[in-house]
Amino acid sequence: MQRIGVFVCHCGSNIAATVDVKKVVDMAQMEPGVVHAEDYQYMCSEAGQAKIAAAIHEKGLTGVVVCSCSPRMHETTFRKAAERAGLNPYMVEIANIREHCSWIHKDMEEGTKKAVILMRAAVAKVNLNAPLQAGESRVTKRALVIGGGIAGIQTALDIADAGYEVDIVEKTPSIGGRMSQLDKTFPTLDCSACILTPKMVEAAAHDKIKIYTYSEVDKVSGFVGDFTVDIRKKARSVDMDKCTGCGVCQEKCPSKKAPSEFNRGLNTRSAIYTPFAQAIPNVPVIDREACIKFKTGKCGLCSKVCQAGAIDYEQKDEIVTEKYGAIVVATGFDTINLEKYDEYAYSQSKDVITSLELERVMNAAGPTHGHLERLSDGKAPKEIVFIQCVGSRCSDDRGKPYCSKICCMYTAKHAMLIRDKYPDVNVTVFYIDVRTPGKNFDEFYRRAVEQYGVNYIKGQVGKVIPQPDGKLLVQGSDLLDNRQILKEADMVVLATAIEPNPDVRKIATMLTASIDTNNFLTEAHAKLRPVESPTAGIFLSGVCQGPKDIPETVAQAGAAAVKAIGLLAKDKLMTNPCTAQADILLCNGCSTCENVCPYGAITYEDKEVNDHGIRETRRIAVVNNALCQGCGACTVACPSGAMDLQGFSNRQIIAEVDAICR
Amino acid sequence: MSLENKEFKPKIVAFCCNWCSYAGADLAGSSRLSYPADVKIIRVPCSCRVNPMFILRAFEKGADGVIMCGCHPGDCHYSTGNYYARRRMTLLFSMLDYIGVENGRTRVEWVSAAEGVKFSETMNSFVEKIYSLGENVRLGDLRCKK
Amino acid sequence: MSSEKKQAELIKEISGVNPLKCMKCGKCSASCPSYNEMDIKPHQFVSYVVNEDIESLVNSKSLWKCLSCFACVERCPRDVKPGKLIDAARQVVVRQKDQDYLSPNEIPELLDPELPQQLLVSAFRRYRR
Repeated sequence: MQRIGVFVCHCGSNIAATVDVKKVVDMAQMEPGVVHAEDYQYMCSEAGQAKIAAAIHEKGLTGVVVCSCSPRMHETTFRKAAERAGLNPYMVEIANIREHCSWIHKDMEEGTKKAVILMRAAVAKVNLNAPLQAGESRVTKRALVIGGGIAGIQTALDIADAGYEVDIVEKTPSIGGRMSQLDKTFPTLDCSACILTPKMVEAAAHDKIKIYTYSEVDKVSGFVGDFTVDIRKKARSVDMDKCTGCGVCQEKCPSKKAPSEFNRGLNTRSAIYTPFAQAIPNVPVIDREACIKFKTGKCGLCSKVCQAGAIDYEQKDEIVTEKYGAIVVATGFDTINLEKYDEYAYSQSKDVITSLELERVMNAAGPTHGHLERLSDGKAPKEIVFIQCVGSRCSDDRGKPYCSKICCMYTAKHAMLIRDKYPDVNVTVFYIDVRTPGKNFDEFYRRAVEQYGVNYIKGQVGKVIPQPDGKLLVQGSDLLDNRQILKEADMVVLATAIEPNPDVRKIATMLTASIDTNNFLTEAHAKLRPVESPTAGIFLSGVCQGPKDIPETVAQAGAAAVKAIGLLAKDKLMTNPCTAQADILLCNGCSTCENVCPYGAITYEDKEVNDHGIRETRRIAVVNNALCQGCGACTVACPSGAMDLQGFSNRQIIAEVDAICR
Repeated sequence: MSLENKEFKPKIVAFCCNWCSYAGADLAGSSRLSYPADVKIIRVPCSCRVNPMFILRAFEKGADGVIMCGCHPGDCHYSTGNYYARRRMTLLFSMLDYIGVENGRTRVEWVSAAEGVKFSETMNSFVEKIYSLGENVRLGDLRCKK
Repeated sequence: MSSEKKQAELIKEISGVNPLKCMKCGKCSASCPSYNEMDIKPHQFVSYVVNEDIESLVNSKSLWKCLSCFACVERCPRDVKPGKLIDAARQVVVRQKDQDYLSPNEIPELLDPELPQQLLVSAFRRYRR
């Protein structure tokens, strides 16, 4: 029989306010196997843990039950406390009487009854616990970063500077991401390319960083410390080792009709192209859908003019398989599709553009060479209207429910830059709220209003109507002056909602990383673990985890890097000892368990068995404790009941069921 | 059988997988979303750990309803566990229905770690259903009734 | 429950709207074709219901100037449906006069040359058996 100690936590008033902790202690004393029961204010504090240690020593406890918050919070804390006191950490069980009891049930009698039942279930389980030893698994000291934007680049640089090898996988032909498409960044109005390109160069030149561009992650297997990843290097049709980046092929290419993704479709590019002048690597890619040679078999001009002989029409996709210890996801974002927002006439008029398109217009390397002009007729606009919250903060199914965070600031930036460069242009912003929470952000927005005379109107726009003379009639409301406004604008800019890159669903499934309904990757804990995925070994960096601006992205990228480094710095990881185990006397070697194991942790061996006097050699299932993740699939599939899971054995769970239904 | 005319307080056992649904239940708790105290949760590493034996045992020992929660298909932390669980439970529940344990007494629900609201709504609707079905008399071990 | 609260609850029940979802953006007012004719503007309807000031709504001109075009319902990003609130307020007024249903014979008496045709059509849709 075990000697169990029950410790009931008040958690201040979190538990004690709706659960009678003294009653739980009294009821615990009456449970079989319990030799000690006490309550305390904060069991997880040092004083609380000391009480557990004292009871272990004084009463010779062989098992501990802590009735407190969720095991996902403090199971590790209490296990370590028990270990320090000399008790095997796996003889500790937690009864969740906070998240599953005190915080939910308002009636004290109900809450206490339930807490007593949960305590009984935990005691019943501990009575059947056996001491377990954690095993070890190896750590491959390499990291993979999926996504080559500022988040991915910063994370890779930080990990590489710490001395570990990092691979960046980027699906577009160049690293740089969204930041490479921006003109100036708030609140300092630095040129985006000027601050980004040095980092891109640093990443490319770093001896510990390897960059795979125009590549995607095809397959991921394994688990923390030991991931095996297949990277598909899509065929560029250009030999990267031979290409000198001279650019002659792009000049000479006759196919110039493909829409330029970098310029958001506002102008066109050639079929063989680098996305932008500062692309890294500076090696072009042939867009096989637009290339005349690939479509008709005729042309081949680029190959003829290429001095280095780098063009290779026969090139195929290549799969590279690598091993990594940690994976960081930094897949970034895109703006939402505006097809459900007809009222803004986005598809009807070329002069209604999104803010990202405006960035390209205002950028010197953009479709209009930095001149602010209407995209329909090239005329200079005199009246520009900005509309905020297009597709954000919506509870209908047209848009996204969240606030996209960056739009208030970037619109203030756009408005200010336009008023600065073209003081005769009138700028109006229709807003619901102006959200400027960062450092120097509100001062920035006030400058736009007070110094640059941007007209902010609290209200929204109902409709944008393209007029026959080419102007846009904007019908909006002014809630503070209580009027409906009809404005003739030359250009309308929509601050469109952002959403995670749509590829992220596929990647999340491959990594078994949690993803929420808005396609943002879920963090392990919203406040305390914002850069880790609940899946061990996967870390999150940048907008893939939630909308954020550049300063926050860089901060988070560093945090993700540190977490990854913390993992890679270990020589071995302690594995979960709650693994499956076959009872050799019951196992009949049927292979059912082998087939259901997702990790291939089960193999079969011939073993000498002494079954009640009969000695023979039988084919028995053997579980590899380093690979077994403790899911328990084999235990239920086993037809003879030979397979059981340590830590969650059949008898233990049945004891819990019995205790609950008593 | 109890001699007094006690108000029916159902016993409901919920098996929640550690990675998604248990975390969802924690989130429901942190968000203070109520559901009836009749539901008691047993933590399992994966929904595939739930042996039909456990569910039968629960009904035998006097449970009025059993619900199993796991990760959404495709999102299982152990990649394939919830697929096995889904198939297994489909078969088990139809068998239970056949022997008289009504379909409404058992349920499978996929709840992710971010779905605290869904967890509490599921529990609320499940308990309501059990109240409407009343006390479970099938499979009950008479020796276990007080 | 006070009578204003009762009326507000009734309006919320008839329309099926949760007025607390409004984020006071003003898109409804921006889309309303009758904005200039109204005394209480579309973006204010919701506030009035939340503050249980049904008296003012019921006595306003806006109640009858609304065309039921539902542009506000279509455009509202929060699914607050201000147009339905106005419809519900109209229902409340009509019920108060003990006239739950409208029959075609009653129309000629009630006809006011300034009533827009659309209002008649939508009234038929809603108030006829």
